[in-house]
Amino acid sequence: MDRFEYIEARLFDGENYLKRDKNVKIYDGDDKTQFIDGEVLLTTHRLLWGKPGDIPKGLVCLSLHLYYVFCLEEESGGVFGLGGPKRIIMHLGPALPGKRPGPAVVSPFHYVKLSFKDGVDTAFYKALSDAVAAKAWERQTPIDTPRTATSPTTASRPTVTAVNSKIRSGIVGIERSIEEQHRATDQSISVAFQDLTKLMEKAKEMVSLSKNISTKIREKQGDISEDDTVRFKSYLMSLGIDDPVTRDAFRSDSEYYLGLAQQVSDMMVAVLLECGGIMSLADVWCRVNRARGLELVSPEDLLNACKLLRTVDAPMSLRKFPSGACVLQLNSNRDEEIAKSTSDMIQENGYLTPEKLSQIANVSVLLARERLFTTERLGLACRDESIEGLAFYPNRFLLEA
Amino acid sequence: MAEISWPWQYNFPPFFTIQPHTETRSKQLEAWEQLITDYLKATKQSTIDIREASNTPLFNNIEINRKLSQEAILTILEDMAKAGKAAPIDKSKNVWEVYWHSLDEWGNMIYNWACNNGFNNSVCTLFELREGDNTADQEFHNLDMNVLVKALKSLEAKGRCELMEFDDNQGVKFF
Repeated sequence: MDRFEYIEARLFDGENYLKRDKNVKIYDGDDKTQFIDGEVLLTTHRLLWGKPGDIPKGLVCLSLHLYYVFCLEEESGGVFGLGGPKRIIMHLGPALPGKRPGPAVVSPFHYVKLSFKDGVDTAFYKALSDAVAAKAWERQTPIDTPRTATSPTTASRPTVTAVNSKIRSGIVGIERSIEEQHRATDQSISVAFQDLTKLMEKAKEMVSLSKNISTKIREKQGDISEDDTVRFKSYLMSLGIDDPVTRDAFRSDSEYYLGLAQQVSDMMVAVLLECGGIMSLADVWCRVNRARGLELVSPEDLLNACKLLRTVDAPMSLRKFPSGACVLQLNSNRDEEIAKSTSDMIQENGYLTPEKLSQIANVSVLLARERLFTTERLGLACRDESIEGLAFYPNRFLLEA
Repeated sequence: MAEISWPWQYNFPPFFTIQPHTETRSKQLEAWEQLITDYLKATKQSTIDIREASNTPLFNNIEINRKLSQEAILTILEDMAKAGKAAPIDKSKNVWEVYWHSLDEWGNMIYNWACNNGFNNSVCTLFELREGDNTADQEFHNLDMNVLVKALKSLEAKGRCELMEFDDNQGVKFF
């Protein structure tokens, strides 16, 4: 799919119209795409795809240069291959540099499929394979191709195509085409990663540079005004680099997280009051997303936002229990008070299991368990572990001593 | 077997789980140690085999269906060992000697008895100490032989007595 480009539907000099068909769907490899029920137009140089009526009007449509195509195949659609071929598979060479932007930047596949609702028109297929074999683009240089004589791939590939199209029918032919596909994959991967490695090299430099500056800022704390430090930090954050001065775990878009934190705090106050001042983060996430309806928040974003609750002066904060469970807790909700009320409940009931407490106090079992552990940590309960499970009793060891 | 007056803890299920809270645990261990000592004193025993102990009434309360695990028993005995009230007999710490009194206390008790009854500078057999009529009202009457020897050895180390061997009998001379 990454070989397609967006371009206005006009013919180049020397390019001729060959054939058209309608009700055509494009597949990226085996995956469906958004390009369905369109028209295709075959020229000597390219294959154009557009929404019905777009191509005659000369509007922007998808274009695939035929020099990418090195091999064609028909695929039958019906069960057991009945009902004639429905799709044309076009095996493509690697994307060339200098290509115009298209619908996809990268694609894991090296072939696309054209699916024809009404079956493949044999005339269309023949015209396509003829156009690929004819290589009209080699005879004259169309104005708008990125291909030049200097490109090394240009020189080598047409010969391969020729071999492929000639002996595609034998086992050797199949083997060759597989080999060619491997080579194409390899090439496109290295092309794709070329830019990435450069970026990574630069990123390393950028990070070390920013660290350098930040240590300098810290050394000369007195000389540089608070304003400068803040401004520098905001530059780094907007680059997506961790704030190296404070070493907080937050990344750029901190403004977004701050906004989200504010929203969470506004939204959850009432809810938390209702359910006893404490709620597991998973439940919070559900509540927040249910309230938002659309534009859902990812768990990670919520976690980051919750870490910022303190900075927005929210009446609640994120808390991590020793067991690893994360909860949102009202600041007014102190451990001592929780322990006190829990131990009262234990006294009333004789003993409590997490399940029982969760029913009585209307909280989740996880939270009930944490409450009991908290109570135990403060010496107001003692545990009884047996085959019947975990239960908590009033701490008579300390009470009756 | 003598009737044992079980403490309230014995019927309190959490008693059979070693508590993680430090303060609570120290109270719990204290209660266990007291109970173990009382129980062994009442039943005239001085060794505990951890592998079998789980099934004795001491560690297994059938009424409330709670049993102290072997690890827990080991924890308690190790805690007792710190205070000199117990010592492992084998290397794998399966069999333990429990002293109702520490060995020093036993030694002193015997020495006091000997002084009070005019046995200074004379020789008694260990059999006499354990089963003689003179000691019938003493706490160390019928004391386990191994424990008795260890107590006397600790006394010997202080120079208060000397252990000696007869043909097939052991004796002790108090100074």
